Amino acid sequence: MAEVEETLKRIQSQKGVQGIIIVNAEGIPIKSTLDNSSTVQYAGHIQQLLMKARSFVRDIDPQNDLTFLRIRSKKNEIMIAPDNDYFLIVIQNPSD
Amino acid sequence: MEIVYVYTKKRSEFGRQCNFSDRPAELHVDILPDPSLAANFIVRDPCDVAIQCAQDTSEHEVNTERFESESKGINHVEGGWHKDLNPEDMEATIRYRKKVEKDEHYQNTILQIASLMEHCIKQNNAIDIYQEYFEAEEVFEESDEPPLAKTINVFRDPNEVKRTATSLSWHPDDNRKLAVAYSSLEFQKAPKNMSFDSYIWDIENPNKPEMTLKPVSPLVCLEFNPKDSHILIGGGYNGQIAYWDTRKGSQHVEMSAVEHSHRDPVYKVVWLQSKTGMDTFSASTDGQVLWWDIRKMNEPTERLVLDPSKKGNLDNALGAISLEFETTMPTKFMVGTEQGLVVSCNRKAKTPAEKIVCTYGGHHGPIYTLQRNPFFPKNFLTVGDWTARIWSEDIKESSIMSTKYHMAYLLDGCWSPVRPSVFFTVKMDGTLDTWDILFKQNNPTLSVKVCDDALYSIRVQENGRFLGCGSQLGTVTMLEISAGLCTLQKNEKALVSEMFERETKREKILEARHREMRLKERSRSEQIREDEVKEGDGEETAEELIARAEKEFFEILEAEKKNESNQEKENDKEKDVCDEKNIQKHETNGVTSYGRRKSVMLN
Repeated sequence: MAEVEETLKRIQSQKGVQGIIIVNAEGIPIKSTLDNSSTVQYAGHIQQLLMKARSFVRDIDPQNDLTFLRIRSKKNEIMIAPDNDYFLIVIQNPSD
Repeated sequence: MEIVYVYTKKRSEFGRQCNFSDRPAELHVDILPDPSLAANFIVRDPCDVAIQCAQDTSEHEVNTERFESESKGINHVEGGWHKDLNPEDMEATIRYRKKVEKDEHYQNTILQIASLMEHCIKQNNAIDIYQEYFEAEEVFEESDEPPLAKTINVFRDPNEVKRTATSLSWHPDDNRKLAVAYSSLEFQKAPKNMSFDSYIWDIENPNKPEMTLKPVSPLVCLEFNPKDSHILIGGGYNGQIAYWDTRKGSQHVEMSAVEHSHRDPVYKVVWLQSKTGMDTFSASTDGQVLWWDIRKMNEPTERLVLDPSKKGNLDNALGAISLEFETTMPTKFMVGTEQGLVVSCNRKAKTPAEKIVCTYGGHHGPIYTLQRNPFFPKNFLTVGDWTARIWSEDIKESSIMSTKYHMAYLLDGCWSPVRPSVFFTVKMDGTLDTWDILFKQNNPTLSVKVCDDALYSIRVQENGRFLGCGSQLGTVTMLEISAGLCTLQKNEKALVSEMFERETKREKILEARHREMRLKERSRSEQIREDEVKEGDGEETAEELIARAEKEFFEILEAEKKNESNQEKENDKEKDVCDEKNIQKHETNGVTSYGRRKSVMLN
């Protein structure tokens, strides 16, 4: 439990990180450093996006699986690390 | 012919089991060919049979039912919570979260994916993958594309009786609106049922104007107020000025009193730069330029009569057709007249006599447009008769640059607001010319035939990319020009300013030379006058000059006639002799020809 906290704190302290969200498989945000409304928005959209991405990867090659998803937008970069039951979402401002 | 074969079975044998056995074939009926029937048919030789070695395809049409779709927003509410858990309930959610966090599986998973995530975050921080390496070298795209103008939209006058689109004005902030003034400029040719309306169009919707303005008489010119984009001022055919507020509807908010307005159609109305943003001035062919404050329209605030003799005499006045006012030079303004003169005036002068500073002559016909170059306010463009000319304020005798004389009358023109060397002109044959004086000076860079009828007005949008031109039948065409003509090239400003200076210098030199010549002649003539030689180049009045010219002309005619009759007689003789005679005759005529300046220059 403490390790988890420590890890998350470490991530949060990295340069440019704006926010972290942990969502469970049902779409419920477990932990978040952003305000509630943004968290809910992120959680909702990312759920669907992950499903799509995963199905796409497996469609191309059934042996393959999605390990990481990065979306770079004009203002920031959204990184999603999926797992079977939880996903970790980090929003970072790229280095500049 | 009926062929019948009867199968019989004994009644007692009904219901008995069927025993099938083979039998040889039996011929029951044999119908022989009847050649007499052949007479009913014609032999067809050859027979055309179409064969195709292709897949058989069939065509089907399906029309699905119209699927009506509507855009709606969805309000994302937190979901996924357990059935009995109320997401609003803070305590319950916190409890749930705490529970999850204690789960070991959760912790392991998070540790795993967190390490992966950290790797990526550090990656991001290490190198910026989108770093511009060659930012310093500006990629200079020499646009190889030829200049083009594309028609984007065409707005037609919705009324049955088509009127000329005499003036256009773009909305100052939102370049999506275009105000067009419609009127018929042909004297007394306006049919009775011609509508007086002018429209404001939204460029996205060419089918129906966004707003209608209903004036008392058709509007000849219309301008948006650059400070307050809801206000428009229009000058009418009957000489009155009125202003509209788009928020208040189609009727004018206020109109000038008939007694104090112009007596001829108001050809141009321009907004002034003032603190209140409510001042305008208008020009008309009755020779007056009037200043108005739109809050008080019953009387003009100031009046100027364009009398070149500076006496304020309305009879002598020149009719004004175009006005020019540059916000960077608020005390000066220029008026283009019907007589082909440009009058430069000073607003701040105390007496009307001082108001008119100087005139620039050179055009043979009315000056339809007058505009200063937005980058070099000392130079201005005039469009009138068959040419477009560029002038410099300092040179009053003639233009510094002029286009050649075209086949069709030029009716309107304007500078491009983004490029100092580009300007546009429209002609009576419906063509739009784009001139780039840095590129080509004899011919337009691009000439596009917009429509078959005459184009009366043109206006470029602030971004320099779109322009609208109005035609005689009320069709306003919106064109987009290629990027090459609306992006500032490097060094353009410097080159254009050099060019203008060069031309100005040339004109100055020519002017100086003329003055010298004239002085010389004058001094010479004064000397000669004392000797009383009439053939000298003395100061003659206009009438005497004309009489002399006429006399010379008739002399030449007589000489030619004699020459011709001589020629006929001497046709047998050698040609050379005749030619010599002709040359001699021409030479003598050349020296006595009148037009002092020119003759002096030739010599």
